[in-house]
Amino acid sequence: MFRYILRRVAWSIPTLLIVTFLVYLALRIGTDPVASYKRINPRASRAKIAEYIDVNGLDPNFVQGYFKWLKNFVTGEWPRSIKGRREVWPALKDAMANTLRLGSAATVVGIFFGLIAGVLAALRPGGKRDVFINTSAFVGISIPPFISAIMFQLLFAVYWQKWFGESLFPTSGVYPAGHTGFDLFLMLKFMALPTLVVAIQIIATYSRYMRSSLLDVLNSDYMRTARSKGISERRVLIKHGMRNALIPVVTIAALDVGSIVGGLIITENIFSYPGMGLYFLKSFGEGDFPLLMPWMVVIVASVLFFNLIADISYAWLDPRIRLE
Amino acid sequence: MAEKVLEIRDLHVTFDTPSGPLEAVRGVDLDVSAGELLGVVGESGSGKSVSFLATMGLLPARARVTGSVLLAGEQLIGASAKQMRSVRGRLLSMIFQDPLSALNPVHRIGDQISEMLRSHQNLSARDADKRAVELLDIVGIPQPGDRARQYPHEFSGGMRQRVVIAIAIANNPKVLIADEPTTALDVTVQAQILEVIERVQERFGTAVVLITHDLGVIARVADRVNVMYAGRNVEQGTIESLFDHPSHPYTRGLLASLPRPGKQRLKPITGFPPNMLNPPSGCAFHTRCEYAADICKGEMPPLVGFGDLQTACVRAKELPKSESFV
Repeated sequence: MFRYILRRVAWSIPTLLIVTFLVYLALRIGTDPVASYKRINPRASRAKIAEYIDVNGLDPNFVQGYFKWLKNFVTGEWPRSIKGRREVWPALKDAMANTLRLGSAATVVGIFFGLIAGVLAALRPGGKRDVFINTSAFVGISIPPFISAIMFQLLFAVYWQKWFGESLFPTSGVYPAGHTGFDLFLMLKFMALPTLVVAIQIIATYSRYMRSSLLDVLNSDYMRTARSKGISERRVLIKHGMRNALIPVVTIAALDVGSIVGGLIITENIFSYPGMGLYFLKSFGEGDFPLLMPWMVVIVASVLFFNLIADISYAWLDPRIRLE
Repeated sequence: MAEKVLEIRDLHVTFDTPSGPLEAVRGVDLDVSAGELLGVVGESGSGKSVSFLATMGLLPARARVTGSVLLAGEQLIGASAKQMRSVRGRLLSMIFQDPLSALNPVHRIGDQISEMLRSHQNLSARDADKRAVELLDIVGIPQPGDRARQYPHEFSGGMRQRVVIAIAIANNPKVLIADEPTTALDVTVQAQILEVIERVQERFGTAVVLITHDLGVIARVADRVNVMYAGRNVEQGTIESLFDHPSHPYTRGLLASLPRPGKQRLKPITGFPPNMLNPPSGCAFHTRCEYAADICKGEMPPLVGFGDLQTACVRAKELPKSESFV
């Protein structure tokens, strides 16, 4: 197992190199980083432009340019953003922290309630409870986040203020304007609505995964064997049913978390939540190559990392899977 | 005759289906004596598995079960869920058809056996594990100590069926129900599994009910046979009498359709088993019976003594004597 993990980590280095090269190519071909620089900084001198090309590895030769970029990236000589010459790392770090906070809160809440709803639905398939949970899940999946986000903003902020004189939850940002320092309560209040929007999607999706996975397991022969032992129904369900039913769900969950790091673009945008999604939208809109490349590296790395987590948890839950 | 451990009287099982009620078992009477091996034969859908799943209390809730099942004097029909849990695995246990799916893939073999032990006996985890290894040895698994730490996928089909047997006999039950235990296995492995079941029966004095559609299997191991058709028993008797002079036309048909040395063509029973949503009136076999007469369509014939057999055929006395299949 340990050797497997080591090998996977070692393999992720060439994967990272290949994918970042492809991303570099895509950004070079799809956007024109030099033109973006000139557009944002119209009065930049020839020397400035040459320096910009040099530190970003924007040589006419893509391969040479990529390795130049890579060398600067690895040694920590990150070029500054084209707009305002900001340092990239602090901005990226803040965006990551904000997205991880929102993403993990929504994932924890979403998967927790999603699994409970799925189990409750599967225990009496076709019953009233099942129909209710299934229908709600269908509605939850069908409402796009930009609709539910706007509805929540209307309800908890606009109308709430109208009815009770004060809005219940703020609708944008992480802290009120001008706030400095850390304030957990305030932070949670600002996170509430975006978390709710994302969590509803996750609850809806996972209740359906869990329901079908558990139904499969409940109909299997080993559940009958377990019952024939005369052990309690609770034990049959938890020890024999849940562990098997969770195998596929956990794997999907690990992969999903990996993609959340990429930001919840729509939700973050509507709530002006400064996470990875908003970071990407802004820097992509401005063609800000120095901001975009490190963002891409983070995304690729997190997908690789959570793929590994998915494989390990799969092997850990299911003895039939051997990691070698 | 030995003491009766399992007495089934007038057992009915009805399933509510979208096309109406389906009576899968229509009044089965059956006795199992201590230490005997009773074979139950019948085609698919004859109600043989359902009868015993009802006995175990393992049918889904939508099945309606009536009648009487006495296990060592204890009434199981209408018993509380708690009472049934205490009986299952302790007095009554079951081996299932497909060993490949009967074991939980994510738990170790030893744990699956000790779970059975600890649910009915006050054993420490260590003692239960030790006993689990002994049980694996009893059912003929080599290196039981190492094998107990393995998972089901590391076992072959025959070996898994041995494990299922080890689980079933863990608490030394009075009655062991084996529901087609060899159907999913190779012929050579089938013989080994039957040997294990016989060995267990002799060693622990367990009464065994062997459900099968394979008369060859019955002939090898059973003491007595119960033939079922369309949710009723049609004939019962000792293995010798039944194979020597079967009297019910269905039993005759089953035996005549078996391949035997020196026989050129098999003689199948014509027609198909009846649709149990709408079973034929009277003796359900009359639609396929070469001796059927008008009287057969009247009432369902009960089992009555006929020589040394119990036969549910109103015309049993009038029929020509059957050839012997010994």
